[in-house]
Amino acid sequence: MDLQSTTHGTYKFISVNAERIDASVAIQFKDAMRVEADDGPDHVVLDLGQVKFIDSSGLGAIVAAMKQMGKGRKLDLAALTPDVEKVFRLTRMDTVFTIHPDVPGAAEREAG
Amino acid sequence: MTHQRFQHQFTMSAQANNDEVRVLLGRLRQQLADFGVGEGTCASAELVLAEALNNITEHAYADQPGGPVQVCAEVGSAMLRFTLSDRGIPIPGSRLPKGQHQDTQVSLEDLPEGGFGWLLIREFTKSISYDRNDEENCLVMTIPNIPES
Repeated sequence: MDLQSTTHGTYKFISVNAERIDASVAIQFKDAMRVEADDGPDHVVLDLGQVKFIDSSGLGAIVAAMKQMGKGRKLDLAALTPDVEKVFRLTRMDTVFTIHPDVPGAAEREAG
Repeated sequence: MTHQRFQHQFTMSAQANNDEVRVLLGRLRQQLADFGVGEGTCASAELVLAEALNNITEHAYADQPGGPVQVCAEVGSAMLRFTLSDRGIPIPGSRLPKGQHQDTQVSLEDLPEGGFGWLLIREFTKSISYDRNDEENCLVMTIPNIPES
């Protein structure tokens, strides 16, 4: 599972470089998140801007990724595409995460 | 009568494992798009079929990994109908799970990591029925075919 993380100030940004988080990659996603979110800032933002499809296994894996980060740390989501947003809304898991319409501070980071 | 409700029909088969299911979903979505089904309806169909096929992979074929599964798709102007057949174990009690909302107002460690599948299937389907005949599970789901504006 291709994840890429960057630390910017008090945030760690993790972007998912894949179009799908489904049953065939759910476990790899959770394991890769364990590695990427292991150190650094307590506040992690998961950039889902490239993800076009998520199923219940993928949703469960994102919840599991947050739980394995432990108490005192925070996992936000950003840049949900319409079909992914719908899955979070219909399962009411949009009430569990803070969801940013865009990746916070993306413009500033681009500017360097 | 049913001949007039559906203009196109096709079937696809796969072994029930996560990788083959992913490939089948991609082919199926492409075929639906080729028959003129809009993006939104294709997305709903893909999600519903992903959840149903994941259930077959994980539950029906729990003791028999990679068993055969067939999807028959029928495309009509008002709705799509999908018939999924597998030879795995029956759904317990022959009753389809209700797919209830889970409690999300709980502490971190109690947050649900599963149980969303049937909820999503029920949200996106217009009708759903299940039958067991001759050692075969048969799940029929319809979803509305919504034209793109």
